Amino acid sequence: MSQTTDIVDIDATIAYMADELRPFLPKNPLMIGIHTGGVWVAERLHKLLELTEPLGTLDISFYRDDFTRVGVNPTVKTSQLPVNIEDRHVILVDDVLQTGRTIRAGLNEIFDYGRPASVVLAVLLNRDGRELPIEAAIVGHHLRLKKNQHIKLFGPDPLKLEIQEAHT
Amino acid sequence: MRDDLQLDGQGRLRHLLTIEGLPRQTLLDILNTAESFISVGEREIKKVPLLRGKTVVNLFFESSTRTRTTFEIAGKRLSADVINLAVAQSSTTKGETVLDTIDNLEAMHTDLFVVRHAQSGAAHLIARHVPPHVHIINAGDGRHAHPTQAMLDVFTIRRHKPDFSRLQVAIVGDILHSRVARSLIHALNILGAGEIRVVGPRTLLPAQVETLGARVFYDPAQGLRDVDVVVMLRLQKERMEGALLPSEQEFFQRYGLTEERLALAKPDVLVMHPGPINRGVEIDSRVADGPRSVILEQVTNGIAVRMAIMSITLGNHARPAGETP
Repeated sequence: MSQTTDIVDIDATIAYMADELRPFLPKNPLMIGIHTGGVWVAERLHKLLELTEPLGTLDISFYRDDFTRVGVNPTVKTSQLPVNIEDRHVILVDDVLQTGRTIRAGLNEIFDYGRPASVVLAVLLNRDGRELPIEAAIVGHHLRLKKNQHIKLFGPDPLKLEIQEAHT
Repeated sequence: MRDDLQLDGQGRLRHLLTIEGLPRQTLLDILNTAESFISVGEREIKKVPLLRGKTVVNLFFESSTRTRTTFEIAGKRLSADVINLAVAQSSTTKGETVLDTIDNLEAMHTDLFVVRHAQSGAAHLIARHVPPHVHIINAGDGRHAHPTQAMLDVFTIRRHKPDFSRLQVAIVGDILHSRVARSLIHALNILGAGEIRVVGPRTLLPAQVETLGARVFYDPAQGLRDVDVVVMLRLQKERMEGALLPSEQEFFQRYGLTEERLALAKPDVLVMHPGPINRGVEIDSRVADGPRSVILEQVTNGIAVRMAIMSITLGNHARPAGETP
């Protein structure tokens, strides 16, 4: 069973996130989106904030902590950080923050490209279920879901959130 | 023939022993994953933690520089512990001694063996012998197969010419002794290449090579006409028994890839060679080092392709039935 959720106005939420990010602009930040949903959100934020440097994209498949259980993700994308991140202020963007494991993997990968001056995390949706001490500085929307509920962003155009319920 | 030894019950790649019989999607998964590993090789820290804690043994019963080195680099870039073993080969090497070596190395908790052996079928023999959690990659067995070379060849072709449907590929030279040619013909056929040609003297073409799905040409003037890719093969002097060739000079005159012969192919032709090249025997230096050559690019791509194959096979380990991923 899956249902499209209309509790979140995605365009308005992303516009709100862009406003929250404006104070960071004097630091000339680099924006990096995490594949796949995070890249869609980052593309919109990148445009709204009129950032001039190209958007970076990260596929964290090679940094996941569950390789021994699930193997290689066959749809792995390519990470592309077109600008040197050494000493730069990074805005890391993802769609849903739940366990924090994706962000842990993303941070590890970023540090294999260089040493950023700082990293802030911006997420479209912050939901319950954290398993690591990771929090977002910018949150578009907070959401509490049942344990067996899974929320997923579909896109890229239009962006649509879907809640899927696992039956036990 | 489908080789079930390679695939598990869910059709996932456990060992890579031969290209023959593999599903098209398996080859595409390898190529797509390799594409992601290319970027790892281009950045400051050329390492990902994927195979941290895994032990890889490069077991080479036959000499190799390029293949062994690229497998070693691939394993290290995946954060695996890599051990290289060059096992001296005597003419009396029997199956038992190979399996004894494997048993001892497996007792040291090896997760993946990369095996090269002069006897065809050696990698299959080992794959049949090891327990389910141990993986085997064939790095060349006799005249039989060299699947990782074939995958890096098609990967290199695809990066330049992504549409395989109209692709014309000529494989030239010593087809008879070439495991590279056999594996490459299978890979190109599975990926739907338009036309595969084998070009060489009768004495260096295996009997019924057409049954592999290739057109035979004895004359390079016809075989090279309008092709998109020329794959030159090394004259394998060490595998030749008896006089299959009058002389290397005559081979070069009749079949060597010169600028004049290359002009018969398409203007954007790719010149490939699995290495090591014999300059002035199968290929002229001006062609090997020329603008159409992608020979060194093949070497670079070999690392990403081997990273993909190592991580895919090691990720598809035997899991107790019923456990959800």
